[in-house]
Amino acid sequence: MITPPGRLNLPHWRELWEAREILYRFGVRDVVLRYRQTAVGVTWVVLQPLVTAGIFAVVFGRVAGLPTGGVPYFLFAFAGTIAWTVFSGILTRAAPSLVANQALVSKVFFPRVVVPLSTTLSVLLDFVVSLLLFAVLLVVNGVNPGWAALLVPVWTLCALALGSGAGLAASAVMVKYRDVQYVMPWLVQVLMYATPVAYSLDAVPAGLEWWFEANPLTWLMECFRWSLLGTSAPPAWQVVALVVASVVALAGGLLVFQQREREFADVI
Amino acid sequence: MTTPGAYGAEVSPEPESAIQARGLGKSYRIATSGRAHDRLSEAVVERFKAPLRRREFETFDALSDVSFDLPWGEAVGIVGHNGAGKSTLLKILTRITAPSQGRVELGGRVGSLLEVGTGFHPELTGRENIYLNGSLLGMGRREIRRRFDDIVRFSGIERFLETPVKRYSSGMYVRLAFSVAAHLETEILAIDEVLAVGDAEFQRKSLDKMRDVAKDGRTVLYVSHQLQTVTSLCTSAMFLDRGELRLHGTVDDVMEAYRESFEGHRVRQRDAERRPGNGQIRLRDVSTPEIREPVGDTVVSFEVGANPEIVGKYFVTCNIRDHQGLIVAQCDSRLVSLWLDPSEPHRGELRIKDLWLRPGPYTVDMFLCQAGVFDAWSAAAAFEVLPHLPYPEIVIEDGIFGAVLCDFDYEAW
Repeated sequence: MITPPGRLNLPHWRELWEAREILYRFGVRDVVLRYRQTAVGVTWVVLQPLVTAGIFAVVFGRVAGLPTGGVPYFLFAFAGTIAWTVFSGILTRAAPSLVANQALVSKVFFPRVVVPLSTTLSVLLDFVVSLLLFAVLLVVNGVNPGWAALLVPVWTLCALALGSGAGLAASAVMVKYRDVQYVMPWLVQVLMYATPVAYSLDAVPAGLEWWFEANPLTWLMECFRWSLLGTSAPPAWQVVALVVASVVALAGGLLVFQQREREFADVI
Repeated sequence: MTTPGAYGAEVSPEPESAIQARGLGKSYRIATSGRAHDRLSEAVVERFKAPLRRREFETFDALSDVSFDLPWGEAVGIVGHNGAGKSTLLKILTRITAPSQGRVELGGRVGSLLEVGTGFHPELTGRENIYLNGSLLGMGRREIRRRFDDIVRFSGIERFLETPVKRYSSGMYVRLAFSVAAHLETEILAIDEVLAVGDAEFQRKSLDKMRDVAKDGRTVLYVSHQLQTVTSLCTSAMFLDRGELRLHGTVDDVMEAYRESFEGHRVRQRDAERRPGNGQIRLRDVSTPEIREPVGDTVVSFEVGANPEIVGKYFVTCNIRDHQGLIVAQCDSRLVSLWLDPSEPHRGELRIKDLWLRPGPYTVDMFLCQAGVFDAWSAAAAFEVLPHLPYPEIVIEDGIFGAVLCDFDYEAW
């Protein structure tokens, strides 16, 4: 049954479920394409967070001399980078995904949500590789995060939800307004500096702290660091707020996306 | 799909019609006040400048009030001129785009074979692309695995399964893409002009495949300019004209109506009094075969009246224009030293040898002139060039430029 688009366009869950093969194939395509015809291939996955964390350690740890609460700065920055990359990776890859697959969107029918969501697969793969590397570094440095480490999957899900929610909305808006592609890299960079990724919340001046604490990504960083490094646990309200914010972001992004979905082929 | 009937035993295995469309319409909005905003900043600025003004739109109906029922097991051809709404209809039925009005009930999954190779990624191997494309067309993994060997055999690319498709010849590429789509097991299959791909042998195979699909009791929708294919494949047909469904009936009736419609706009211009020119002599008739292949001679026949009062002879000019109004060829009879005597009526024939035309609609203008213009009959005749390219290979992108096609060959050494 096909009817003109209504006001609220909820996703058809069964159709989405049937489209899981597309999600998987898109994910595989992204991963395969990224490393086919590259000289060092998968090494890139390992190299990128290492170098990023290294630079953060030098700039924020050595040059600025910021505190970490006893953790080696490199590890501290690495934990932040891993968590941040899940969010920013999904956002930056999902946003242009619909426009990049223009031919498909205007010629074949399948649940469009699959396109931006499929980017999570390659980001997750990178995440897992980085996490393994991180585990090795923990052992080498003799840091034990303790039982809190068991909560990493929960925080990962939150990061996925936050990133996908923003990514879904951004990709849908970009179909009509290509500005998104110019704004996105800048926005992600601003967000990264506004979020305690490379520095700790302790280093923030007291007067500005509430400003940082209102940022859901700060909660995400704090939770991740608690689980990855065994730093002090974030306040309970932050944990609850993070979960709520993740659900809201994902639902909101999905709604924005679905509302525009049926006009994609006409506008793109 | 199976609904238990309200009256006990009446359990219909499938709905009665494969597709039921009611009052289907699709309109596009074309902005008339100001420009459309494709930048967010512009849209925002505009909002601030004139917060209360609504932008004015003109609506363009690509499709209006189309209703039909298609039974199972039928291969339905959809014909119509360019811009008649054929592709829009297919896009709505395949759910790529949403209708603006009306509703459609589908009795099953719709698979589409809209454009060959959409969804193929050049860097992926043949095998990877079969899986990717199959899933995009709605096949599950198990379904693809089950059909995999058939797909490969049908396409004939066994040896190149592990080669990235960017290294395929265009023929192989098209064959593989078609094979994947042809093995879809959806209850309804929509096809847009893709049977015209590959060599003659592959085309024959594809046509047979499509016939089998319809024989299985599934429904095939086939959009085409190629009248022969519609005639040989389809069991019924629809004729769309400027967004409206003109006729839905047997293939023969629809073909008849379609051919007649080519004459439609000519009839309106038949009235000699309404044409420019001083009218001292008028053309009575101009005609040319309505449908032709890109290759071959263009023949235009004409008849002119007489006017004994005119002193001296006059000449004829004929322009062939493409759909954008560009004059592709101008044939002035003075150049080949033909002059006509006005004291008696004439019949004549213009033959343009070996003019290779790009596919699309063309019109023929004819003029009678001496010192002034006697008669200027624009669009005196029209014809359509079939969407074949007269070259041995198929290029996927419609990357042929130039106002006309030409008979060329490369040699390298």
